[in-house]
Amino acid sequence: MTELKRTALHDVHVAMGARMAPFAGYDMPIQYPTGPMVEHHAVRNAAGLFDIDHMGQVELIGPDAEAFLQYIQPRDVSQMKVWDAEYSYLCYQDGTFVDDIFIYKLPEEKWMIVINADNREKDIFWMDTHIVGFDADIIDISDPTYMLALQGPKAQAILQKLTDYDLNQVAFHTAARLQVGGVDTLIGATGYTGEYGYELFFPEEKAIAMWELLLETGKEEGLLACGLAARDSLRFEACLPLYGHEINARVEPVGARLSWVCDWDKGPWLGREAVLKTKLEKPDMLLVGLEMIDKGVPRGHYEVAKDGKVIGWVTTGMKSPTLGKFLALAYVPQGYNKFGTELEVIIRGKPKKAVVVRRPFYIPAYRR
Amino acid sequence: MSLKYDPNLKYAETDEWARVDDDGIVVVGISDYAQDALSDIVYVELPEVGDEVSAGDAVSTVESVKAASDIISPVSGEIVEVNEALDDAPESINEDPYGAWIFKVKASDLSELDKLMDAAAYEAFNATREH
Repeated sequence: MTELKRTALHDVHVAMGARMAPFAGYDMPIQYPTGPMVEHHAVRNAAGLFDIDHMGQVELIGPDAEAFLQYIQPRDVSQMKVWDAEYSYLCYQDGTFVDDIFIYKLPEEKWMIVINADNREKDIFWMDTHIVGFDADIIDISDPTYMLALQGPKAQAILQKLTDYDLNQVAFHTAARLQVGGVDTLIGATGYTGEYGYELFFPEEKAIAMWELLLETGKEEGLLACGLAARDSLRFEACLPLYGHEINARVEPVGARLSWVCDWDKGPWLGREAVLKTKLEKPDMLLVGLEMIDKGVPRGHYEVAKDGKVIGWVTTGMKSPTLGKFLALAYVPQGYNKFGTELEVIIRGKPKKAVVVRRPFYIPAYRR
Repeated sequence: MSLKYDPNLKYAETDEWARVDDDGIVVVGISDYAQDALSDIVYVELPEVGDEVSAGDAVSTVESVKAASDIISPVSGEIVEVNEALDDAPESINEDPYGAWIFKVKASDLSELDKLMDAAAYEAFNATREH
């Protein structure tokens, strides 16, 4: 077994009593002594702070950086203004997913791409193999860049106490470079919880000071340190996809309900023909929301059946902390995706009734 | 936060506790160690009253945010009562693991409980485990 990597905050998490577990090759905090339910509700009602330094970041620079980015992903980045931050993904030529990404347009024709920890080497290799002919460079800045997420309705009030920059100027899905407690920080008004909040990028050597400053500053607002269990339940309720679950190299954007990202008229991009074909012909498998009628906890990889015949699989499932319901995201064939369709989830060998329901389960704050 | 051990209970290596009530009925739940390891409990699949069980049978499942965990009957006999309050409040096991019992067994052979550990032995056993 390879040695687990540690973030700069590892020992701080352990001292806080966090339960650590391997995630994407890192020894990460899954929960603090407060427990994942309390952490989840803190983010919905106040704020939570997450160590997400396992995430990777690459910079694209050079005269052809924009043209290269147009080519490797489906969004028309020529429409992005400096400081815009947008969701996208990388596809193989057959339309299946390499990874999902977040794109930041920075000043001076520089772009930053946030990638999943598990996929760091794969993504960079994938980009490298397609950069031939483009006058652009890919720079992996994951190691010197630290990444935290501050999420929840109180996130802005907390962060505002630490900066002179008027955070009302940082609209949802835009970024800014500012000082947070005296540390030069790039913030993106984005996140992975269904709440308003920020992702913060700053030099790794400031990690402990920044973590402790934010936690102390947010105390009166009810800010809690949150682990990856709460991050998962928060993103699940908002139906934000997680690589390895809702998206992977066996599924594609149309079935994953992510083809809204695609700009069909911007010119060629890797995977375009395959994704467009699926869009026109309809995908075989579609991601749906399920609510359990029978009680039971649906979990990732459980089979989904119709009248006893296995037809699909659960990608993520749990008891939703906010809604109190047993919910799942699952891939089912075309034709079984209508709201109200009764299906079964096989839980420890027993079929348990479930019904197809609308996604997202929890409407994100920024969509209300 | 240190884990609690109730000296009036007997414990299985699989983290169930058992108590014999005055009427000879065996009450079964899970230990503080088990609830702490599972973290937030979201669902308990209860056995059916009237089920005949053998010592060592997985008769119930406790589902937490993290995982599903089988609950094993430490004795043979008939399930005579289940804690239906857990349907609406599974988290009561987290809050009070020694109060929130799961099921009761009318034991056919109480001597099966002799294989269980007392609180001190169970605490010593847990000290040897990776938490």
